[in-house]
Amino acid sequence: MLIPAQARRAVGSLAIIALAVGAGAAAFAYTAGWLSADRLTPARMVDALSRRGGDPLGHRRNHAKGICFTGELEANGAGARLSTAPMFAAGHYPVIGRFAIAVGNPGAPDGIGRVRSMAVRIVAPGGEEWRSGMNNSPVFVVSTPEAFYKLTLVQGIDPRTGRPEPDAMQHFLAAHPESAPFFEWAKTAPWTASYADQTYNSLNAFHFIDAGGHGRLVRWSMHPIEPLHDVLQAELAALGPDFLEQDLKRRLAQGPLRWRLVVTLAATGDPSSDATKPWPDNRERLDIGTLVVERAEDEADGQCRDYNFDPTILPVGIKPSDDPLLAARSSAYTASFDLRTEEEAHYPRTSQHPGEAR
Amino acid sequence: MIPAGESFTLLQRLIHGLMAVMVVAMLFIGIGMVSTVQPQFLTLISIHKPLGIAILAIALLRLGVRLRRGAPPLPADLSWWQAAGAKASHVALYALMIVMPVVGWSMLSAGGYPVVLYGPTRLPRIMPRDASMYAVLRSLHASLAYGFFAAILMHVAAALFHGLIRRDGVLRSMAPWAGSAAMCRSTPRVIPDRMSHAPACTGTPRSAVPNEKAR
Repeated sequence: MLIPAQARRAVGSLAIIALAVGAGAAAFAYTAGWLSADRLTPARMVDALSRRGGDPLGHRRNHAKGICFTGELEANGAGARLSTAPMFAAGHYPVIGRFAIAVGNPGAPDGIGRVRSMAVRIVAPGGEEWRSGMNNSPVFVVSTPEAFYKLTLVQGIDPRTGRPEPDAMQHFLAAHPESAPFFEWAKTAPWTASYADQTYNSLNAFHFIDAGGHGRLVRWSMHPIEPLHDVLQAELAALGPDFLEQDLKRRLAQGPLRWRLVVTLAATGDPSSDATKPWPDNRERLDIGTLVVERAEDEADGQCRDYNFDPTILPVGIKPSDDPLLAARSSAYTASFDLRTEEEAHYPRTSQHPGEAR
Repeated sequence: MIPAGESFTLLQRLIHGLMAVMVVAMLFIGIGMVSTVQPQFLTLISIHKPLGIAILAIALLRLGVRLRRGAPPLPADLSWWQAAGAKASHVALYALMIVMPVVGWSMLSAGGYPVVLYGPTRLPRIMPRDASMYAVLRSLHASLAYGFFAAILMHVAAALFHGLIRRDGVLRSMAPWAGSAAMCRSTPRVIPDRMSHAPACTGTPRSAVPNEKAR
């Protein structure tokens, strides 16, 4: 039997142990965000993206409807002056990519996709990779992850009405004047019936690091060789729900499609961390190569399907800028990749032999 | 009661301290990075990968040292289930230190990610690209991480239980303040006779620890 002094000491010791373990567990829970109901986590972001209609299970949670392609980058060597990225040395580098519309519903009709995107994964012989996701808008719609989350919630389908809340977008626009350049583009830019005639822009800024260790702030774009052929938005519906994929396959059956890879160099004072702001038109531009798109593949069996086009997967010679969207894209794309790889059964492959990575 | 002076070797205690810091940091970095969309995400993930590989390398080194040098015996008066628990928890901790980085590395390989350590330094892929395998390894990596953190909390609780309540020398055998026992080998190699006149091997005499007198 314990004497009182020993009993007191034992209880005190147990209290110390409980405190140590409890403090450790609490610190872990706090770091995990379990104690912060309002923390914007990748899971919350992806959950909001998943509530925009259709059945996104097994699919990318944004830019959910798309088509794979393969091709190559023909680098002309001009980029090597700016960056040590191995795929900027003159040469040919294999590319796996994807065209998509920026929607949450993988079954959405192509005609509603105002924003179209191109994603690429370019691999150098040593294994260095450059992944990039680019949109056809000249600027991004918001400048912060928080604003993107709010905008995503605004697009959420209200289960009672089957539509987004009617006034929510107006409220968002009133609260986010930085989104005006994007919406001006969305209202005035010509619609087309093809992925092939669109310009795709990196939107976020990056640093190119040259052999001397000097960095330059840049954005890049893919400029189409195909002439832009504009159509009325109202006419797109008549082309059927999948006209973009059909158009791509039709064109590629005739031969490859090309884009010039153009790098825009920032001048002092150009924003590095705000993707809603265009840089002035007179900035120096450098054509560093040609993207040749050779073959289209349906996504279900395509090589792009199981790649995460995380824009922070960069070769040496390219570094992310301080744009907060880059980390948000990386974390949310990864959360989306984690989900859709778990949900594979919801998006069956049609062939027993999916395309292998090159 | 562990006889006075029977401690883990200095090398073992150094590696233990280093690993404790690295593993705990790793678990906090891991849980922190998967729950944020803020810019620190990129910083955390760039630390997570090389730190994981460093833990793997040191864990293998440590396993070698442990197998060669052994450990001090557990106190003889420990009940069988406490002794079994101690053994099992140590096996689990060693296994996790080695398995976690390997699962993470495999997961990145299966997911088609480049396994970048720093700058141009990359590791080879150790598994073919396979989305279903990625999904399995990704959830395994998370489950093992929670298990690892729980095991560490239990390890700390048990160490404090030995140090504060049982006062049986177990905590001190791994403690940085085990003093000059630093040069001591663990039991299997201690020559009993040497203990009486080898101060470098005895550390703080157990009788000199005030708390011990209170027992």
